[in-house]
Amino acid sequence: MKILVCISVVPDTTSKISIDSSKGFIDVQGLTYIVGPYDDYALSRAIELKESNGADVVVLHMGTSESEPLIRKCLALGADSAVRIDGIAKNSYQLAKEIASYVEDNPFDLILMGKEAIDYNSGQTHGIVAGLLKMTHFSPVMQLNIDGSNLTLEVEIDGGKAEVSCQLPAVLGCQEPIAEWKIPSMRGIMTARTKEIKILAPSIPSTQALISEEINETNRKQIMIPSDQLQVLVDYLKQDVQL
Amino acid sequence: MKKIAIFIDFKGTELSSYTRTLLGFADTFFGSEVAYYLFSFAGPKQASIPQLKGSVIGYQINAGNSLFAETTELRKLGDQISALSIDEIWLSKSNTSDSVAGIISATLGFQIVPNIKQITQKGDSYLIQKSIFSGKATAHSELSSSHFVGIFPKGFGSDSNAASVEVNFESLDLETSKKYSIIKVDTHEGSIPLPEASIVVGAGRGMKDPGNWGIIEELAQTLHAATACSKPVSDINWRPHHEHVGQTGIKIAPKLYIACGISGAIQHLAGVNGSGKIVVINQDPEAPFFKHADYGIVGDLFDVVPRLTKILKEI
Ligand SMILES: Cc1cc2nc3c(=O)[nH]c(=O)nc-3n(C[C@H](O)[C@H](O)[C@H](O)COP(=O)(O)OP(=O)(O)OC[C@H]3O[C@@H](n4cnc5c(N)ncnc54)[C@H](O)[C@@H]3O)c2cc1C
Ligand SMILES: Nc1ncnc2c1ncn2[C@@H]1O[C@H](COP(=O)(O)O)[C@@H](O)[C@H]1O
Repeated sequence: MKILVCISVVPDTTSKISIDSSKGFIDVQGLTYIVGPYDDYALSRAIELKESNGADVVVLHMGTSESEPLIRKCLALGADSAVRIDGIAKNSYQLAKEIASYVEDNPFDLILMGKEAIDYNSGQTHGIVAGLLKMTHFSPVMQLNIDGSNLTLEVEIDGGKAEVSCQLPAVLGCQEPIAEWKIPSMRGIMTARTKEIKILAPSIPSTQALISEEINETNRKQIMIPSDQLQVLVDYLKQDVQL
Repeated sequence: MKKIAIFIDFKGTELSSYTRTLLGFADTFFGSEVAYYLFSFAGPKQASIPQLKGSVIGYQINAGNSLFAETTELRKLGDQISALSIDEIWLSKSNTSDSVAGIISATLGFQIVPNIKQITQKGDSYLIQKSIFSGKATAHSELSSSHFVGIFPKGFGSDSNAASVEVNFESLDLETSKKYSIIKVDTHEGSIPLPEASIVVGAGRGMKDPGNWGIIEELAQTLHAATACSKPVSDINWRPHHEHVGQTGIKIAPKLYIACGISGAIQHLAGVNGSGKIVVINQDPEAPFFKHADYGIVGDLFDVVPRLTKILKEI
């Protein structure tokens, strides 16, 4: 079985996001980057499946060479090889096109992604990839088991969860508690050094309908109200949210 | 004239509250120069909806299963939407909306814009504010307004007080290939589901004991709000796990979030930053949450919360 795990590389969840006003973008100085936490869950489950059922696990990332140490970490965790599409996707659609075009040339039985990347929180890439490749799609998946070509999944639905069974191939967006997070072993780190990271040029030109974009910090009013003047709070809320 | 497809949801035979607010918003946004195509999965054949200024055609999608539509079905739906020459698609964010938006836009080549906080028209383009970095920042974009799929948080817009009209929903049969089966469905019974609530009251370790939650529940009931909690509170089983909001829990984006006895750790904020307005009640003036609040009250929650509930009951 061949499993593809797509990873995003994003600022650490505890990062304070500030804006570099000269660039109109977030200030990347001093930010620590990590593999997206949901993608980490997806990768961990792929590695568990490799250990229990046997599988070839390939990690795919679209990004610059600065992401290579994190791709290397995925290899150290147990992925067999990696592919980096050298470029920055402008939106989920372009990213999904790139992933789908790679999969058309290199078929996979199972494609795992995180439920969403924690930078732009779109949660769309897996759905678009499934649509492009005409593969079954579920997200957010909280449990994943495989028996032959049959998948049993626990999927979060609005106000609850559902257990479903379906056939491979499938594209899934993952979230906890699908697997235990893993730490690379010394041996893993050693063997990762010789594993291949294939670098591919992006194949699809960006179709950007975006005309311009500027980013701001989300600012709150921070109005303090004395605790004996709750009526003032209620008056504000009547105005703001039509209580 | 623009053709807008809107995906609408029902609770039983009634329009869901977030569909009502989205339709209410669309009505003021587009005015009369628009044709609406309303699509529902598993909705009724006839339903009353708020009267809209534009024309309305309703479709009831007949997919194999109401819970999840399949890729092949959604691709067919994409083809139908394309045959109707729809210009843009609007939907509310839900756990299942991502499949719908993703697969349909894959067939149409439309671009998806998620987490919309605000949208205004500027000539032929849209000015959109969307929430990014789990609400820590906002992107202001200008983009072309055609071939567009907008995803709005639940509760976006405002309730329309327009009169109701009856709409018939024409069946749209998507032949199904039945690629999956449902083994079991579990839903949390009772209270308002957290991701659907337009007001949420959250409480944390400051509550001291699970037996103290009565005052939180009373405040929530008064506001027709859902209740939420911080992670440590669900970890020690003071509250059910499905109430836990934050980085590792549910992400909510209600109109109003009231946080009581929660310190405002960054992991908690990651789940609530998308809220319209945030009220923080905490006895510690140094609590980090106050920096992320619209309104802050320094005080003992056991004193403040009951008094707040009392005032709210009187309006
Ligand atoms: C990887 C990771 C993931 C995490 N994910 C999440 C997550 O998803 N969600 C989450 O919530 N947390 C998460 N956490 C935990 C988070 O870091 C905080 O520990 C947690 O949010 C604190 O919960 P709390 O505010 O209820 O408790 P505390 O930090 O103990 O705060 C209690 C607050 O109550 C106030 N208080 C006490 N008594 C009163 C009173 N009588 N009246 C008014 N105020 C009072 C105190 O001043 C204090 O500010 C995560 C942590 C890690 C490391
Ligand atoms: N640059 C990227 N390269 C590879 N996969 C990605 C990238 N960005 C996002 N993904 C995957 O797509 C999922 C959903 O991301 P998004 O649609 O951007 O929220 C993530 O959880 C990743 O698994």
